[in-house]
Amino acid sequence: MGASAIAEGLFRETPEPTLIGGRHRETGRIVFPCPDDSARWEAIDLPRRGTLWSWTVQRFRPKSPPYTGPDDFAPFAIGYVELPGATIVETQLTGVDFDRLTIGMAMELTTMSFSTDADGNEVRLYAFTPVTEG
Amino acid sequence: MQDVYIIGIGIHPFGRTDGVSGLQQGANAARAAMADAGLEWPDMQFGFGGSDSAGNADTIVNELGLTGLPFINVKNGCATGGSALIGSWQAIASGAHDVGIAIGFDKHPRGAFNALPAEYSLPEWYGKAGFMVTTQFFAMKLQRYMALNGVSRTSLGRVAEKAFRNAVHADHAWRRSPVDIDTILNAQMISDPLTKYMFCSPAEGGVALVLASAKKARELGRDQVRIKAAVVRTRPPGSFEVFAPCMDIERGGAPTLLASKAAYEMAGIGPQDIDLAQLQDTETGAEIMHMAENGFCGDGDQEEWLANGWTDIDGRLPVNTDGGCLACGEPIGASGLRQVYENALQLRGLGGRRQVPGKPRTAYSHVYGAPGISGVTILER
Repeated sequence: MGASAIAEGLFRETPEPTLIGGRHRETGRIVFPCPDDSARWEAIDLPRRGTLWSWTVQRFRPKSPPYTGPDDFAPFAIGYVELPGATIVETQLTGVDFDRLTIGMAMELTTMSFSTDADGNEVRLYAFTPVTEG
Repeated sequence: MQDVYIIGIGIHPFGRTDGVSGLQQGANAARAAMADAGLEWPDMQFGFGGSDSAGNADTIVNELGLTGLPFINVKNGCATGGSALIGSWQAIASGAHDVGIAIGFDKHPRGAFNALPAEYSLPEWYGKAGFMVTTQFFAMKLQRYMALNGVSRTSLGRVAEKAFRNAVHADHAWRRSPVDIDTILNAQMISDPLTKYMFCSPAEGGVALVLASAKKARELGRDQVRIKAAVVRTRPPGSFEVFAPCMDIERGGAPTLLASKAAYEMAGIGPQDIDLAQLQDTETGAEIMHMAENGFCGDGDQEEWLANGWTDIDGRLPVNTDGGCLACGEPIGASGLRQVYENALQLRGLGGRRQVPGKPRTAYSHVYGAPGISGVTILER
């Protein structure tokens, strides 16, 4: 049994993980994820750190389909993180108490175990977590 | 372009009607609207209608009669009703027809809306990861709006309290018992900062409006309520919408801003001239944000407005006089026409115990929905 990303081409699970965005070849606009259209969009690494733009807590289990998270549901925080000079990405937020979440707080990219698929393989997802200095 | 009047209004009660299909609820509303106009189905020269999840509206001819009329299906998310109204308005304003009907209905399963990524041109992982939940968007738009503009949780509670208070007197509303603000604020949290009383619920219902030319309306003695503006707009660059994996750092406008501006221009009046309004209240924060997006107050002024009861039935601008989506529930295909129904009723002075005092002359309605559309109508007596 192994581990794999929830989808290919979203992020690289290196020691310092990286989100993969897309830059429009003519306008320079940056988006996430990178559209599947290499004639118009080139894949680029997005900044790893940013600030929390907004947030909420998902208190009930989303409907399945499409949700494939664990059956024993626990509320999770989600938000948008502004990556300077690039874009604002939607993400789960991990490693933070819900009552500590504040707009403007410094966040950095990480990855986390999301669920286990039908074959028993771990499914991994990108997430953001508060920056720990030091 | 000739003037267009709303000469008949009908509604099938919102909420849950077991054993009656969404289409049948639409047909009930159509019969009521035609009776109100003093007309019958063979008098209808055309129809526009739609639902989001209760089937094709044109099959309503099986219920109402095989008269051969042209009937155009509309499927436009939360703007379905508004789009049906615009189609009908254009059909008469252009001079092509004298009288026709706009119908909206729906019947959703219990629980949250169940959106799938492919329907919104999104990758599968986005839904798997738990992002295809509309309540998240409303909560996050609101969370940021509150932080930037000093809107309090108390205001969120006041909006819900008003909705249930107004709905006590609305026969077609679903939740018709008052709920006090402490209960609202302390209820189960759904998506922070919104509790369960602050969200509308998917529901059922049907609404129909009979429209006619000025000449026809006068013939029938039904020339009280005129459509001054009816517009739908899609989103501009930099808007913040449902189901967005990313958004541009440079923030822009909103579809509501475009629709509102176009409607005021078409009507030749401004927000200060409006006597009552029905604003999309998917959740209480939406009503608060839409007060500003539609030009009725500045960002952050809602604190003062709500503390002073200025959006109550007897306030300076009554908002959601029948309890809105919060108290009526949200049948997507019907809600936009429910707002216009309520406005026409109020302008005719038939609001009963929820009647806006002072003989209102102008009424405004506004819908907003995925993936970034907004519809606005302005009626005048």
